[in-house]
Amino acid sequence: MRLLRSRLPLWGVGDGGKYLIAIIDYRAGNLKSVECALKKLGFSCCITHNNKEILGSERIIFPGVGAAGQAIADLRHLGLDKVLKQALETGKPILGICLGAQIILDKSEENSAQCLGLISGDVKLFPSPLFSEENERLKIPHMGWNSVHLIKRHPVLEGIKPADEFYFVHSYYPMPASDKYIIGTTDYGIEFPSIIGYKNLIAMQFHPEKSGTPGLKILKNFCTWNGHYAE
Amino acid sequence: MLSKRIIPCLDVRDGKTTKGIKFKENVDIGDPVEMARFYYEEGADEIVFYDITASSERRDIMIDVVRRVAEEIFIPFSVGGGLRTIEDMRAVLLAGAEKVSVNTAAVKDPEIISEGAGAFGSQCIVLGMDVKNVEPSEKTPSGYEIVVHGGRTYTGIDALAWAKKAENLGAGEICLNSIDADGTKQGYEIALTSLISGNVNIPVIASGGAGNINHMHDVLKYAKADAALIASIVHYGTYTIKQIKDELHSRGIKVRNTW
Repeated sequence: MRLLRSRLPLWGVGDGGKYLIAIIDYRAGNLKSVECALKKLGFSCCITHNNKEILGSERIIFPGVGAAGQAIADLRHLGLDKVLKQALETGKPILGICLGAQIILDKSEENSAQCLGLISGDVKLFPSPLFSEENERLKIPHMGWNSVHLIKRHPVLEGIKPADEFYFVHSYYPMPASDKYIIGTTDYGIEFPSIIGYKNLIAMQFHPEKSGTPGLKILKNFCTWNGHYAE
Repeated sequence: MLSKRIIPCLDVRDGKTTKGIKFKENVDIGDPVEMARFYYEEGADEIVFYDITASSERRDIMIDVVRRVAEEIFIPFSVGGGLRTIEDMRAVLLAGAEKVSVNTAAVKDPEIISEGAGAFGSQCIVLGMDVKNVEPSEKTPSGYEIVVHGGRTYTGIDALAWAKKAENLGAGEICLNSIDADGTKQGYEIALTSLISGNVNIPVIASGGAGNINHMHDVLKYAKADAALIASIVHYGTYTIKQIKDELHSRGIKVRNTW
């Protein structure tokens, strides 16, 4: 795969060239910043909803902001629900970001959406009112920088330190049916799962592409991860 | 726990950074892309750009700045100033900004907030509020009135009512600027910030008046601001972002440590 990369132009392949990384485009949110971060790290990528192009890529980034209901409708319309399932089964490394870490579960409290079911569990709205340990009222959305308690080791999180912080912006959070899917958690009035995954799928509620140096480290790790993860 | 955010603000005119005192006498002080990268590397949590370019024909310059900033910095940044339509917002977001901020356009047509939130999500839409202290009246019971055109035009809109309305319309965050405090370096408007932040459930960025770290401490601690906007005190080198964060941290404010 390293050899393959060196044969590829770094940026802007336009005509049927094989990309290393497919950033899935289903009209949900700021894909440009993921693209800029990968470009900075020197990885070739494309923003695409072309099923063939996605299945032909080496790895997949599944980003997204916005509402679950619309996102799922758009994904299905583009046939991307099946593509993601197929990619998961074939062992292709997949990185879910933000909404992409939510709609991989079975269903969401947002718009009562039936989701992709790649990981069993629900997406939940933060309880309201929400209070900090100091008994201050916490606002929803959870917006800003917060840390992650790593419960499990994972190749994509290699080099991440407990003090590192990441940029979050969300009102809902993923709640897998089993603890075995929870890789990291974050405190915001409650302790919620902020990194989940299994096998070749890892997903994070925060935005690594907007989280400075530690975020770029995660993206870099993902771009060289072989998709193997011993749970 | 969530950190309080420290946000440098860059006023950009014709592609150059400026900083005015009470919106007057702007002077050119640098390249916005270079300054953004400098603050990013120093540990800024987010960056705010205000495009104060007068002529709308030159707006493409700002889009180019946004595009170049997106390639250089990997923290969120917002762009405001002169965004009047959903298409204006879309251009800035597609160029790589995380958020757009609307101010005068929202006063003229509040629906732009709900339309923007519907099209791009609430997390993208920041309401910029310029506020002046007034005698409480029937129209402005909070004693704070929304002003536009850099403070020259009173709108008759009560600041607290406007903040709540904007939240209901789908604004994801409020950037609250006190025109009275702006540029004075005498401290943020604590009472105003506390009033607004305590009455909405979306984050509030305090703006206007930062002259020293104590001012930042007070607005983050006592006025419950979620973030503090700063300009002159970092643009002119009074403090580095690291100095600000170190001192805030030592005084018990949770900030993101980047070193």
